[in-house]
Amino acid sequence: MRILSRLISCRNLLLLLSAAIIGLSACRKGNGIIPGEETQVGQPDTLRNGFYLLNEGNMGMNLSTLDYYDRSTGIYKSNIYSQINPGATKELGDVGNDIGIYGSKLYAVINMSDKVDVLDTHSAKRIGQISIRNCRYVTFYKGKAYVSSYAATIGDASAGAGYIAEVDTATLQILRTVTVGRQPEEMAIVGDKLYIANSGGYSPPRYERTVSVVDMNTFKEIKRIDVAINLHRVKADKYGDVYVTSRGDYYNIHSKLYVIDTQKDIVKDSFNLAASNLAIAGDSAYVYSAEWSYITNKNTVSYAIINVKDETKVTDNFITDGIDKEIRTPYGIAIDPENGDIYVTDAKNYLLPGTLYCFSKAGKKRWSVTAGNIPAHFAFIPR
Amino acid sequence: MTYRLLILLSCLPLSLFAQDKAKPVSPAVVSKDTAATRMLQGVTIFSSKNNSVSPVQTLSGVALEKMNSLSVADAVRFFSGVQLKDYGGLGGLKTLNVRSMGTNHVGVFYDGIQLGNAQNGTVDLGRFSLDNIEQIDLYNAQKGAILQPAKGFSAASSIYLQSRKPTFHEGETTHGKVAIKTGSFGMVNPSVRLEQKITNSLSAVISSEWLHGNGKYKFRYTNGTYDTTAVRENAGIDATRVEGGLYGQFKDSSSWHAKVYYYNSTRGLPGAIVSNKFYNGQHQWDRNLFVQTSYNKKFGKRYTMLLNAKYMYDYVRYLDTSIITDYGPLMNRYRQHEYYLSSANQYKLTSFWDVALSADFQLNEMTAVNLDHFAIPTRYTTLAAAATQLHLGQVEMQGNLLATFINEKTKLYNSGHDYSALRPTILVSWQPFRQEDLKLRAFYKSIFRMPTFNDMYYSTVGNPDLKPEHTRQYNAGIGYTHNSKGFLQFFSLQTDVYYSHVKDKIVAAPGRNFQWMMQNIGGVDIYGVDASVQLSPRLLQQVQTDFSVKYTYQKALDVTDPQEVNYKDQIAYVPVHSGSFIAHASWNKWDINYSFIYVGERYFLNTNVPLYYLEPWYTSDLSVSTSFLCQHKLIKLTGELNNVFNQYYDVVINYPMPGRYYRLTASVNF
Repeated sequence: MRILSRLISCRNLLLLLSAAIIGLSACRKGNGIIPGEETQVGQPDTLRNGFYLLNEGNMGMNLSTLDYYDRSTGIYKSNIYSQINPGATKELGDVGNDIGIYGSKLYAVINMSDKVDVLDTHSAKRIGQISIRNCRYVTFYKGKAYVSSYAATIGDASAGAGYIAEVDTATLQILRTVTVGRQPEEMAIVGDKLYIANSGGYSPPRYERTVSVVDMNTFKEIKRIDVAINLHRVKADKYGDVYVTSRGDYYNIHSKLYVIDTQKDIVKDSFNLAASNLAIAGDSAYVYSAEWSYITNKNTVSYAIINVKDETKVTDNFITDGIDKEIRTPYGIAIDPENGDIYVTDAKNYLLPGTLYCFSKAGKKRWSVTAGNIPAHFAFIPR
Repeated sequence: MTYRLLILLSCLPLSLFAQDKAKPVSPAVVSKDTAATRMLQGVTIFSSKNNSVSPVQTLSGVALEKMNSLSVADAVRFFSGVQLKDYGGLGGLKTLNVRSMGTNHVGVFYDGIQLGNAQNGTVDLGRFSLDNIEQIDLYNAQKGAILQPAKGFSAASSIYLQSRKPTFHEGETTHGKVAIKTGSFGMVNPSVRLEQKITNSLSAVISSEWLHGNGKYKFRYTNGTYDTTAVRENAGIDATRVEGGLYGQFKDSSSWHAKVYYYNSTRGLPGAIVSNKFYNGQHQWDRNLFVQTSYNKKFGKRYTMLLNAKYMYDYVRYLDTSIITDYGPLMNRYRQHEYYLSSANQYKLTSFWDVALSADFQLNEMTAVNLDHFAIPTRYTTLAAAATQLHLGQVEMQGNLLATFINEKTKLYNSGHDYSALRPTILVSWQPFRQEDLKLRAFYKSIFRMPTFNDMYYSTVGNPDLKPEHTRQYNAGIGYTHNSKGFLQFFSLQTDVYYSHVKDKIVAAPGRNFQWMMQNIGGVDIYGVDASVQLSPRLLQQVQTDFSVKYTYQKALDVTDPQEVNYKDQIAYVPVHSGSFIAHASWNKWDINYSFIYVGERYFLNTNVPLYYLEPWYTSDLSVSTSFLCQHKLIKLTGELNNVFNQYYDVVINYPMPGRYYRLTASVNF
């Protein structure tokens, strides 16, 4: 014990303490700007434009990131936003829910950040933002952007109804709003009508079951088409039809795909097919589903192609090389507007970095790359 | 791993020597010095009790007094092997994770009876003010005693909070303490405590406090280009605690204790700070009431009995004004009832061999308002433990088998599956030299935690098919303690190395819009070292000093899926290196305390990529206090400056912690 006592002299202790504090102080290098990663995934193709992929990021984690596939070099660049826009406080934001390009501007709808971030289409430099509480999806029509929002006023007679905001794409100012159903989701334009899926997802089991139709000349809701509960996606084909997905209630009512005839504004057809999301290219609608059931406590994943011309199911899987077994949670889908390549994202368990897969039109894997957290939404740069 | 333990065990020579230790803890047995006299003496802040058979870390009376801590949560940060998950501020949730196995594996016991929450399986340690706490013990595996409720054997690690017991001087019948704390965050925290001797064998205590604060503090986020400072909003709290206890110590050496505890709070939930949104409109109201009683009696020389009972009611109201449902802003109400009965019995077979049997029964019920498809569950938990203890010379061995029977019923929809299991624990320690308190110790423990009601039944989240989450722990360590009258008055060295495995870890993706899921998919391998040195040298004749250094090394690796990119990556929020340092000096009537905490780099998700990186953080806290007698009343004044270097950091991603803040305390003992 005597040796121990001598060792622990006052001076030694002070030395030890100061050394420890200096040593530890050096460990904090600062979060700084997190660089993205660059991965060579494809062959350089200078004739075609690239696309952006928006990763949603888990709620509360402020983890939405933007990736870019530069086709002129074949390089996939992840998390480009914070490097290009280091001055944007807390980066892109929380839960990127949709992305769209209109002319020279790219619109990233950041749900839990209550904003639409507006970037330059080609440089991804930030131009400004549109503040819209609880914004969900974006679509465009005659020089204006339309953004759906869950936000409702307390004590509103319409009990929690959301709205669509009309935004001037030049000034980024909100011009008008129109009230629709509860928790409106995706929208599609056919002719001069806007079709909006109402979900009612905040009040289960009292879901909404309608698609709102807004006349774009008057910007008034002219009709609600009864479809099914908990509607989500709305996509227009080139034959004047609108495809609408229902998420079901995760119990006895299953997810399903419906077709609306926009001439008569009625449901004209439905597919006994679970549908989480779909992408329509030409006559083909590529549909996938990851449907959770609280009866079986299991996730069921399925894929299908539907011919939108004659409204028939063509095949039960558009991934033909068995890679679909690797995809745990398909979360986003897009079809290359130029060569018909199929892009599918895997959100995995929503916590791991996701994966982006590129398949040829024939359903064979071309490449895959690690994307951000919950990769989900695509925007192709037009030629 | 099992064979390694066997090797370890076979290395321990089984020499024979009976040892007097690990007596059943009976409340208010020893009349201690009153706080007044104790605070005026120069004593070491460390408790110099014998090394236990299981690894234990203790913060008791004096140390708790001297540290810059408001709640139990602030104090336990100084333990090694733990991570405190802290959402920041006065009202932010603070839960403890021991050895990276997860918060749900930590049993929290208040005066010997477990604080339960079947809804979320965790206890918010930020709600337990140190005002009424006398001692905090953190045990890995379990408390090294065989006379304890079966619940005491049922958690992977346990933290015991001991409330202050009434103590009286000769001829004294009434005394008490009034204190007020104030400081940053608009905090006002008055408290009062009254102890009354009713008869020679019965005394009562009432303790109450009110905590009020707007919770506002500055925080800062920067990436080198943007640099934003803002004020935390919607973080106010208003909380009241009332606690009453009766303590009986009878001639037949039996003791009895009863307690009523009531907590009522309303608080803003300030939420995550994300781009463009620095304000969140959630609010929560809590009411928690429990009544518990404990009776301990020794029959003859061999048999001791310990009876415990408890009833708990818990109410939570949650309001989210940003979610407008068809009935208005989202509002949920949750109610829970818990009924608990326990009988523990110890029998001394021989001078070196004890056996014990304990049986517990617990019923948990929960209802919810405005929660779709909520099943309204009732859980019946029956626990039976058989334990034995051998003192073979300098070797002490404890072992127990715990049988658990879970029966689950729901009023609606699917209910969880019934479950039963038998799980062992073995603890061994060896004291090689009779004169020195040096012990080598080892334990093996296999245990599990049940999925919580939220895991199983929460609307659009829960999964009734969930299985329990299992842990297996292997630990070997050494403990050395030395007390002397000379220069080094107290010295203690504790080191443990461990390996733990978590199987069927319940994993959820938080906050997915309408489709998250809870599944038993995780596996975690944890390799760790906890080390600590505590010493109290008398550096100057008039000055008593105490130093404590703790260090933790932990590799907690995600071994869920070998095919996955994050295979063997460090799991979320666990730093590889962390530690704490405390220096305390007392001179005459003055005390000065310096505390330092270091938490190394972490990732906020289970994948170690730069995007998920969290910086290390370290804070320095200072306090100065003085006490003096004024008209025979002990007055104590304390000034604290916390996070002295004003470091901005997140413990939980996007939940900013306060920068520099201060606190003033004044108390009068009468």
